[in-house]
Amino acid sequence: MEQNNHQDHPQQDHSRPQHWFRKGAAAAWPICLGYLPVGLACGALAQQAGLPFWAVGLMSILVFAGSAQFIAISMLAAGASPISIILTTFIVNLRHTLMSSTLAVYLQGVNRWFLSLFAYGVTDESFAVNMTRFRTGEWNRWQALTVNHLSNSAWVAATTCGALVGQLIPERALGMDYAMTGMFISLLTFQLQNWTFILTGLLAGLISVTCYLLIPGDSYIIIASVSGATLGYMIKRRSRKRT
Amino acid sequence: MSFFDYLFLFSGMGLVTYLPRWLPLFYLAHHRLPQWLIDWLSLIPVAIMSALLAPSLFTDAHPRCLHWGKLELLVAIPTLLFSLKSRSMGATVLLGMFLYWLGGLFL
Repeated sequence: MEQNNHQDHPQQDHSRPQHWFRKGAAAAWPICLGYLPVGLACGALAQQAGLPFWAVGLMSILVFAGSAQFIAISMLAAGASPISIILTTFIVNLRHTLMSSTLAVYLQGVNRWFLSLFAYGVTDESFAVNMTRFRTGEWNRWQALTVNHLSNSAWVAATTCGALVGQLIPERALGMDYAMTGMFISLLTFQLQNWTFILTGLLAGLISVTCYLLIPGDSYIIIASVSGATLGYMIKRRSRKRT
Repeated sequence: MSFFDYLFLFSGMGLVTYLPRWLPLFYLAHHRLPQWLIDWLSLIPVAIMSALLAPSLFTDAHPRCLHWGKLELLVAIPTLLFSLKSRSMGATVLLGMFLYWLGGLFL
């Protein structure tokens, strides 16, 4: 499939790896920018908890899951056992099952080596950016893979730097705490294509807040996204039947 | 903790992070998905983003309780409007950070 006719239009050849990489990088840089303050904060926190910088880098390479890493660090600082940290990580990251299922719609029939490499970089951020682009139809899997791995590199670099120099950056400097929230606000707006999506978002947010207040732990994310999407889907079907 | 303690812990964390990302892709990408599932999955991104975001705007974490009008929410409104207009994630993140920093000085 990749062997397109290079001879015909060498200048406009959109199948070359350089082109994919450039497109992917253009989509990934906001994620990298968002990861910078969050990763620095994560690394600084890890250093305070007594982790050496190489351990922070190792964690980011092997795990690559921002919120789970924050939680793991605070659990390490509190002296939690490895098993309970691993179990918590599993529960926090279960939501990625939904994201991978959604991405599978756009990666039908792709070879399994690629899928295995791609799965490593499925995060909240890369998922939202790639899904927005896939939906417009001008995105291919190599560009998506570039987004995944560039943001991963930025995360590893930012967290490791945070462990080394994070102490020098004052707390709450430059609104750092808001980087992740700002990123999610932006990603959310990219998803709002019509009233079904707006309604689904509102319902999911309402359910999420309710579950967050009533149920301890992180299950509110999965409960709210599954029930929000299901309600949105049912409302959409009902209105389609009526018209 | 020694190097191997860290390696064991992070490998375990890595495995339980990777498997939920890998299994659905590995399986579903090679099976024909029914249309209802595709339709349902198309609503998952907006639901997840909203579910992740909403508690940080409307609640306090320690202890968990409703909190109307916290700085996070006040900053979220112009940030959201800006994102809808600009469609730029980078600029939106920077604006949000700036407004949050500015708000922190006054509140």
